[in-house]
Parts: sequence; C-alpha cells; structure tokens
Amino acid sequence: MVNRVVVGAHYGLRGWLAQRFSAVFMALYIVLFLVAMVAVRPAGFEAWSALMSQGWMRVATLLFFASLILHAWVGMRDILMDYIKPTGLRLGLEVGVILVLAVYAAWAAQILWR
Amino acid sequence: MPDVTVKRKRPLWYNLNLFNLPVPAVVSILHRGSGALLFVLTFVLLYFLDRSLASPDAFEGVRQALSHPFMKLVQLGLLWALLHHLLAGIRYLLLDVHVGVDLASARASSYIVLAVSLALTLVLGGVLLW
Repeated sequence: MVNRVVVGAHYGLRGWLAQRFSAVFMALYIVLFLVAMVAVRPAGFEAWSALMSQGWMRVATLLFFASLILHAWVGMRDILMDYIKPTGLRLGLEVGVILVLAVYAAWAAQILWR
Repeated sequence: MPDVTVKRKRPLWYNLNLFNLPVPAVVSILHRGSGALLFVLTFVLLYFLDRSLASPDAFEGVRQALSHPFMKLVQLGLLWALLHHLLAGIRYLLLDVHVGVDLASARASSYIVLAVSLALTLVLGGVLLW
C-alpha cells in the first residue's frame, strides 16, 4: 500500500481522472446511441442526417469525440511507456499520436458542422 | 553446518513459460489490444461518418460498402472490440471503487466480461447488421 501525498507534481492523477471521466461519458453516449439505432433505425440519408444535425446530437457527438481524444491519449501514452523503451523513439511516437488525435478533433468538428 | 553464502549465489532461473495467464490477465491484455485497435480505427469511423453525412449518393456508397459480407465480418470484429473494451472498462471502474477486488469475484467478473461481450456482439450484430 503506497500512501502517497498528492502535492506538487501530480503523479499522473489528472490523466488517470480524465481517462475515467471520459470513459463514463463515452459509455453513456454509446449505450444511448445503440439504443437509438435499434429503436429508430434511420432508414435513409434524410433520417440519418436529420438525426445527426439536431443541436443536442451535434454537441453530444462532439463531446464524445473530445472524450475519445483525451481517453485515447492517456491509453496510448500508457502503452508507449510500457513497451517502447528508447526515449527518442517513444517521444516521436507520442508526438505522432498527438498529431493523429488533433486531426481526429478537427475532422469530427468539420463533419458535425458542415 | 551448510554454507548459506554458496546457496545464495546460485543463479535463479524462472521458466516463464510455466506461468499460466489467469483470466483477469486475459481480460486485461484484450482491453489493451482492443483499445489500441479502436484508436487506429477511429480514422475509419470518421471516414464513414463523413461520407454518410456528405450527400444522399455518398450515403448510398457507404451503405453498399458496409453491406458487403466481408465488411460485415469486419464490423462484427469491431463491435466485439468496442463491447469488450466497454465492459472490461466498467469492470475496472468498479475495481477502482473497491467493488469485487477479492480473487474469487475478480475471476468471476472476468469470465462475465468475456462471455457477455461475446454474447452482446452476436445479438447486436444480428440486429444491426443482418
């Protein structure tokens, strides 16, 4: 049992918390989305784009992708820290992950508000 | 009187292949693997979301592409990755708040995660894809 006093450096606490809160939000969104898909079954382009251009749906979906980006960053960073030992290579891959996630963010916003 | 120092110097050699992978470890590594997979495939998800909302013609293109039998199998695999990651994640959130941390329940919940994610994949896949 480590009784660490969390002051000063934050020992990854913020990342850990962000990972969990984003997980809860995404879980709620996914369950609601799946329920909506099974219940409404939007038949064609009209119904689908009408559903996705609702104000609340745009905001919820954008928040979903924002959560995904935070969550994927913490998770991918954990994976890279565990398996990639050379510092330079790991740093390069981390920058790559950040760039990919930045593209995801911009793309999601562009899709939702076209 | 046996010489203890000689005994201490003996090299330790563990054959790691003899260790088995307990169920919680299987759930854990699948959680990691499915997470990495979902990170990469968010690109594909965004691509299809983009096309499906671009125009009625593009929507029809997405519908055709996704209804190909091979693509349906891919989607089934992805659905499993998502559901496994989701259910294993819920298990970790419960472990975080000290629910089910003893060995017996940790093992039982691991089996539940594996079984329910497979079952839900088949049910949801059947309803949504076929």
